[in-house]
Amino acid sequence: MTPRGAALHVVSPSAPVDHAAAAAAFIADEVRADWHDDSVWSVREKRDRAAAAIPEWERLRELASRIKEHALSHLDEYLEQFERQATSNGMEVHWARDAGEHNAIVHRILAGAGAVRLVKSKSMLTEECGLNPYLESRGIDVVDSDLGERIVQLRGESPSHIVMPAIHLRKAEIGETFHEHLGTPAGLTDPTALAGAARGHLRARFLTAQAALTGVNFAVAENGCLVVCTNEGNADLGTALAPIHIASLGIEKVIPRSADLGVFLRLLARSATGQPVTAYSSHIHAARAGQALHVILVDNGRSRQLGRSGFWRSLKCIRCGACMNSCPIYRRSGGHSYGSTVPGPIGAVLTPGLDLGHYAALPFASTLCGSCTAVCPVKIDLDAQLLLWRQRVTEAGHVPAAKVAAMRASAKLLGHPGLFRVAGAAARLALRFLPRRLSRMLSGSWGRDRELPEAPAQSFRAWYQANRAERS
Amino acid sequence: MKIALFVPCYIDQFYPHVAVAALRVLERLGVDVAIPAGAVCCGQPPSNAGFARESMPVMARFVETFGPYERVVVLSGSCAAHIRAHADDAGSSSGIHCAGTASRTVEFCAFLHDEVGLPAVASLGASFPRRVGLHVGCHALRGLGLARPSEIQAPPFNKVRALLQTVRGLEFAEPARADECCGFGGTFAVAEPDVSAKMGRDRLRDYGSHQASVIVSTDVSCLMHLDGLARRDGVAMSMRHVAEVLASVPPGTAP
Repeated sequence: MTPRGAALHVVSPSAPVDHAAAAAAFIADEVRADWHDDSVWSVREKRDRAAAAIPEWERLRELASRIKEHALSHLDEYLEQFERQATSNGMEVHWARDAGEHNAIVHRILAGAGAVRLVKSKSMLTEECGLNPYLESRGIDVVDSDLGERIVQLRGESPSHIVMPAIHLRKAEIGETFHEHLGTPAGLTDPTALAGAARGHLRARFLTAQAALTGVNFAVAENGCLVVCTNEGNADLGTALAPIHIASLGIEKVIPRSADLGVFLRLLARSATGQPVTAYSSHIHAARAGQALHVILVDNGRSRQLGRSGFWRSLKCIRCGACMNSCPIYRRSGGHSYGSTVPGPIGAVLTPGLDLGHYAALPFASTLCGSCTAVCPVKIDLDAQLLLWRQRVTEAGHVPAAKVAAMRASAKLLGHPGLFRVAGAAARLALRFLPRRLSRMLSGSWGRDRELPEAPAQSFRAWYQANRAERS
Repeated sequence: MKIALFVPCYIDQFYPHVAVAALRVLERLGVDVAIPAGAVCCGQPPSNAGFARESMPVMARFVETFGPYERVVVLSGSCAAHIRAHADDAGSSSGIHCAGTASRTVEFCAFLHDEVGLPAVASLGASFPRRVGLHVGCHALRGLGLARPSEIQAPPFNKVRALLQTVRGLEFAEPARADECCGFGGTFAVAEPDVSAKMGRDRLRDYGSHQASVIVSTDVSCLMHLDGLARRDGVAMSMRHVAEVLASVPPGTAP
């Protein structure tokens, strides 16, 4: 398991991510892999039913895509407009160039108020920034209050999914974790009882927290409003009780108008979980009386991604996780196999730009089946971007020499019909007459799980010349 | 109508009977078929593996060979999608003047459905009394739009299914997951062998548990992968390209 904070975007302390090896380890427990595939697929099915109930679904996707492309094309203007409006609403707006600046700002705010107990609601951005270990090493007690995030926090893991952080865990494992950390009876697996135990445990933390940190789903430029969507109400409970509210958001979360929310809120929960809308969609316009409200706008590589002509559209992402639920590779390899904060197709498109060498394997963890692109509520061309990252990986030289040699040789062969026919004939001969065990060995990882094609005596070209050539 | 039929490299070498079936179907439909010598590949395997630049001469060769034809019919959804996406770039960058090769390129089933028409296809009198699991390859499905993908909210249609519905005796098995990828994915099959094999086995199980005895596809590459797994695991499931099914005639009928 990845220790919490080990999969930071900002640094790459370890060996490059080997998705194939991690996936192989995940699949080795096939019962578990099947269970994971089925449970994640069932969320995709819920999404399908929810989407089918909206006659204008495809028009909504198109609208959402265009609004986001417009907003990203005018991001500087909308960010400054948001800053002006939020400031006039009484929020204090901070700008963070990278993860380090973000973490330092959070710590400065807490230290300035003498706060040592922080409750957080769901925020993949703070995962990306490695905020928890940063604060913990400075004496701050950080409690993730989203149930799934709390579970992985207690286990010292990172989320394996951006919407369902503990989707890789079964009830019995959560029961064990709660038994160990929260003192619930051993062997408890009833979800209601487990949720009740978590609620009791978290309530005490909410009541004594000195600051609450939330993520942000949408920041509205025209009125400086923050929209936070949760199903547990934990963001609301945290911010309603604590004297300090810190809202961390990536700069790509800004949308122009309140009216645009009518598009995004209809798409978000339906795409994420199949719900018509999240249980709580909180619109925060200003701080409560007596509360300090800090907004941190974080770049951390987003400007660079915005400047990449083939990849800027990836910033349209609204973090619904539908591409993960739809991805046949994600479902069978688990979120941790990607070694990145955001896994799945969108993670494989967002992450390589942070450290191409470290994440070179991610664009290849795909068959390019295109299901991610077709399911995406903001129409990100994910499969096209995965293909483009593969070219960048090769151009940058992050490919084993043997693969380069093999690919160059195959391109040469495929471009020269004469050579190809000789090689093809040799391959067919080999397949027909070599002992099966030898040809299986020579065929490498193809032959480990699969029989090779049964080679015919004659190629189609040879048949054609013998039977039809006179006609063409 | 004069068309050029492109038989992808792996079909030419390992599945010649599929190309023979496609040729016979087209000939029986009165299509004038040329199979020009020259290009053997469109360059998709190296391109999808991250070697697009190295694959450019392969595509240029394709454009040189097939560009002069009014219609290029491709016996693979995946290759057709690649050609439609990249042929014009390769043609222009190598100075070959065959403008519009991409847009003049169609996949075999799309050609039969859209240009030859279902009544003519029905007149083939094909007979295939088997329970069929239909596997429209992902690039044929989402790249070329041969059917409505399950993600998209629009009235359902499936051109490949419509072709097969003209075949006597054929019935469809309906898998639980209508259009999940089989896991082949070109070099993915060897770069991620565990996930690839798992996806293929899951697909075989889904078709098998819905009593399919044969998987019929637009793409022989998917079938090569599924067949390799099925034979290794001793799973009784045969594989056919759509062309082979349409070329099936009842016993005693002259082809």
